Amino acid sequence: MIERLFNLVARRIDGPLMAALMLAIALGLTVIYSASGGQSFDRVGGQVRNVLVALGALWIAANVPPQTLMRLAVPVYVVGMALLVGVAVFGDVRNGARRWLNLGFGSVQPSEIMKIAVPLVLAWYFHRHEEGLRIRDYAVATIILALPVGLIARQPDLGTALLIFASGFFVIFLAGLSWKLIVGMGTAGLAALPFLWSVLHDYQRKRILTLLDPMTDPLGAGYHIIQSTIAIGSGGLLGKGWLNGTQAQLDFLPERSTDFIFAVFGEEFGLAGIAVLIALYVLIIARGLMIAASASTTFSRLLAGAVTLTFFTYAFVNMGMVTGILPVVGVPLPLISYGGTALLSMLIGFGILMSVATHKQLVQS
Amino acid sequence: MRVFQSRIVLSGLFILIAFGLLVARFTWLQVVQREYYHTLAEQNRISVVPVVPNRGIITDRNGEILAANFSAYTLEITPSKVSNVERAIDDLSEVIEVSPRDRRRFKKLQEESKNFESLPIRTRLTEEEVARFAVSRFRFPGFEIKARLFRSYPQGEVASHAIGYIGRINDADVKRIDSQGNTTNYKGTDHIGKLGIEGAYERELHGLTGSEQVEIDAGGRAIRSLSRNEPHSGNNLVVTLDLQLQKVAEAAFQDYRGALVAIDPTNGDVLALVSKPGFDPNLFVDGIDPVNWDALNNSPDKPLNNRALRGQYPPGSTIKPFLGLAALETKKRTPEFSISDPGFFALPGVTHRYRDHKPDGHGSVNLHKAIVVSCDTYFYGLANDMGVDAIHRFLTPFGFGARTGIDIEGELGGLQPSSDWKWQRYKQKWYAGDTVSVGIGQGYWLVTPLQLAAATATLANGGTVVHPRLLKAVQDSKTLETRELAAPTGETIPLKPEYLQLIRNAMVDVTKPGGTAARAGANAPYTIAAKTGTAQVIGMKQGEKYDEKRVKEAHRDHAVFIAYAPADNPKIAIALLVENGGHGGSTAAPIAREVFDFHLLKKKPAVKQKLGDDETASD
Repeated sequence: MIERLFNLVARRIDGPLMAALMLAIALGLTVIYSASGGQSFDRVGGQVRNVLVALGALWIAANVPPQTLMRLAVPVYVVGMALLVGVAVFGDVRNGARRWLNLGFGSVQPSEIMKIAVPLVLAWYFHRHEEGLRIRDYAVATIILALPVGLIARQPDLGTALLIFASGFFVIFLAGLSWKLIVGMGTAGLAALPFLWSVLHDYQRKRILTLLDPMTDPLGAGYHIIQSTIAIGSGGLLGKGWLNGTQAQLDFLPERSTDFIFAVFGEEFGLAGIAVLIALYVLIIARGLMIAASASTTFSRLLAGAVTLTFFTYAFVNMGMVTGILPVVGVPLPLISYGGTALLSMLIGFGILMSVATHKQLVQS
Repeated sequence: MRVFQSRIVLSGLFILIAFGLLVARFTWLQVVQREYYHTLAEQNRISVVPVVPNRGIITDRNGEILAANFSAYTLEITPSKVSNVERAIDDLSEVIEVSPRDRRRFKKLQEESKNFESLPIRTRLTEEEVARFAVSRFRFPGFEIKARLFRSYPQGEVASHAIGYIGRINDADVKRIDSQGNTTNYKGTDHIGKLGIEGAYERELHGLTGSEQVEIDAGGRAIRSLSRNEPHSGNNLVVTLDLQLQKVAEAAFQDYRGALVAIDPTNGDVLALVSKPGFDPNLFVDGIDPVNWDALNNSPDKPLNNRALRGQYPPGSTIKPFLGLAALETKKRTPEFSISDPGFFALPGVTHRYRDHKPDGHGSVNLHKAIVVSCDTYFYGLANDMGVDAIHRFLTPFGFGARTGIDIEGELGGLQPSSDWKWQRYKQKWYAGDTVSVGIGQGYWLVTPLQLAAATATLANGGTVVHPRLLKAVQDSKTLETRELAAPTGETIPLKPEYLQLIRNAMVDVTKPGGTAARAGANAPYTIAAKTGTAQVIGMKQGEKYDEKRVKEAHRDHAVFIAYAPADNPKIAIALLVENGGHGGSTAAPIAREVFDFHLLKKKPAVKQKLGDDETASD
C-alpha cells in the first residue's frame, strides 16, 4: 500500500535531480533564517510554505506528458501575451513599475508566466518545423521571442526581460542557429546598444554606470554592491560562521533575504560554502543537460535544454550581480532566495524537465 | 540531433567556464583581498564613540560649592532626521510640556549649529516625562532621550563674573579648540567654559575624553560595547574667593552698579570680586533663549560687563596716597612742607583756577592733612612740581596703566598718562594743566577697580607688588590630591618705611572723626587705612557748581574708595567703585566697612535700609 503510494508520487520524479534540488532548498532555508536575523522562524515558515506549493506544482508538471505540454504551449503563450498587454494598459504601479495585474482574486505578474511560456512555445515552434529549418523560421522565432521581451522591458523590468530573452535564445541556439547568424545577431545587437541606451530609464542607466564604478554613488545605487562585496570578501575562506556575519546581522546588507542573499551566504560560509553551492548548481545543470541530451523529441530536447540553461543564467547573473561584475538587475538566487513566485516558476521548470526525463519510453513505444 | 548534442556539450563547457570565472572572482575577493574587506567590514561594524568626562567642580576657599554637576535627562532632536521639526515639536507638546522658552532656545540653537547635531528641546525631564515619552517614542524618529550631566551654579548671581559660565560650543570655540590641537578631546563634548574661571581654566576643568568601542548596526544604533577606555574627569578647582565675604559684599551693594575687589595683600588672593549687577549663569547652561539673552545684552545696566576687570574709571582722590608717597620718595615734598590753601590752585601766569572741593580752602595743609581732608589744592601743586613723567615712572610699578595679569580673561589695562603717551596718542605736547588734573586723579587717568585694589594691596604690604589671582588650588580628580598653587612672588618697590608710615597714618586718620571716611571707621575695633575718591562722569564748567540733585543719575559722579585693614597688619585690601554713587565717603565707605567687619570679625551685617545721604562727608 505504502509502496504503491510511494510509486505513485515518485514515478515521474527524477531521483538525482530531486535530491540536489532538496539540498539546495534546505541550504536556502538555513540562510533565510540567518538573513532574517536568526531570531524568528517567520520568514523560514513562509518559505517552507512557498516550497510546499512549488513542490506540488513540480509534481503536477512532472506528471504532465510532453505531448500535453506541447499542446499547452500556444494557449499559455497567448494568455501570457494577453496578460502582458493587460498589464501595459491596466496594470498596478508598484515601486514605479507597472508589473502586476489585479485579477480580482489576487494580483499576478504575467512576466513570470512568460518565463515558462517562451521556451515552451519556441520549442513547440521548432518541433513543428524540425525538417529543414530555414532563416525564415529563425526570423519568426525571433519575433515570437521579441514581443514579450519588449513588453516586459517597457514595464520596466529589464532583468526579467533579459532573462526571458536568454531562455528564448537558448532554444533558438540549441535548435541549431547557424554560427554565421549568431555572429551576425551579436554584431547587430552591439550596433543597437546606443539605441537601447537611449530608451533605458534613468535609473537603469544609473545602475549600469554604477556597475562600472560603484564608488561614484556609495550611498545611493552603489551602496548595495559595495556592502555585498564587503560581506563576501570579509567572509574569507571559511566564512564568519552561521548567524555570525556582521554585514548581514547588523543590517548593512540590503535585501538580504531576497536578491542579495548570496552575500549573506558568502559572508557566513566563505569560499568553502560557495564552492559547495556552485557544485550543487553544477550537479543540477549537468543532470538537466543529460536529460536534454537523451530526450526523444525535438520539443523535449529544446525545452529541457532551455530550462536548464535558464536556471544557469539565473544563478550566474545573481552571483555576478552581488559580487559586482554584472549590473544589479533584480534576479533572485535560484532555490535560495526568499520568495514564492520565482521558486514556483523555477520548480515548474524542473517538473517539466522531470516529465521529459520520465516520459521517454512512453513516446518511444 | 547531432547538432543539438554538440550544442549541449558546448553549453556545458560554457557553463563550466562561466562558473570558473565566478569562482576566480570569489577567490580574489575572499582569499587575496580578504584582509581589505575584513577591515572594511570591521569599520562598518565598530564605531568608536567618545565618553565625555565629568567636568571638575569649583569651590571657594572654604569648600563651598560655586559650580557643580547634576545628572538629568534631556530630550534631544537631530533636525536632519526629522522631516518637519516644527510639526514634530507640536506633536511632542501633546506628550510632554514644551514651553515657549524651550522653543525659542531650540530655534536659536538650531540656527547656530549643524543639522546633524542633536540639540536639546527639553532639559531636566522628570521620570514621569521620560516614561510618557518612551511610550510614544515610535512617533518621534530623530528624537532621543539622553542622560547627561548638567552644570549648575548653586549661588545664582553671586560671584557670577568671577565664576563665569559654560555654554554650547560655537564656531569660534571650535576654531580655538582646533588650533590648540584639542579637537579629539572635545569629541562628544558640547559645552565649554565661556568666561571667568570656567573659561580661563577650561583645560583643568574639562578632563580627558575617554572612548568606547561599540558594535553598531547599519542605522548607527549601538548594539553592544566591545571595549571601553575610561575618561579622566576634569580636576576640581579651589578658588581664592570667600563665598561668604562675596555675599556680604554683594548684599552691601544693594541696587547700585559698580565693582568691588578685595585682595589678601600678603599673597594676592582675590577674596571677593564683585561686579554689579550680575547675571544668573544657570541661564546659559542649556543654551540661553533669545528673550533672556536680549534682556541681559541690551540692559542699560550692562550686567554682562565685568566692571571689576573691564570698568575703566578715573581714580579720583584715591590716587592721592600714591602721589604723596611719590613726592616724598622723589624729594619733591617733605613731611613738614605745608601750603596755605585758598580753595583753588592757579598755574603761574594763568588765570584759570583749579578749584578745591572746599571753596574756602582747608587753611594750612601738610601732606598728612592733605590726605585726611583730601585737599585738592595741595595735590595740584604737588603734581605740578613733580611733572607727569616722574609720576608715571613712580606709579608704574604699582600696576597703574597695565593689566594686573589676573588669571581670568577680559581684563582691561586702564590708562596712566605720560607725555610720551599723549604724543603717541594725540600728537600733542603735554601741558602743565594736564598735570594739574592728574594730581587729583582726573584728566586722562583711568583705572580698573582690580588695578586699584592691587595697588592698594601693594601699598598695604609695604611695597611688594601684588599679582591678584583667583585659582588657589587644584584637586586631581583621580588621586584626589589637592595641589596648592604657590602665590606669585611680586618684586619689591623700594620704599622708605618712615614715608610709608606717614602715608599709612594719614590713611588711618581718613577713617577717624574729621577724615573723609569717618563713617567707615566709626567704632571699628581694628584700624582701617583708607582713602575716598570721586570720579567725575561729566566735566564742570569754570565756576559751575556741581549739584548732585540736579544732575541726571547717569551723569552723577562715581564714588571710589580704597582701604585696607587692620592698618598695622593688613589682611585685606579693597578697592570699590559705586557708579553714580556720588562721594566715596558716604556711599562707598560703608560697603567697605561691612566687608572688613565680616572678614576680620566674622560679623554679619544687620539688615539695613539703603545707604542714605544723611552724612555729608565729602572728599
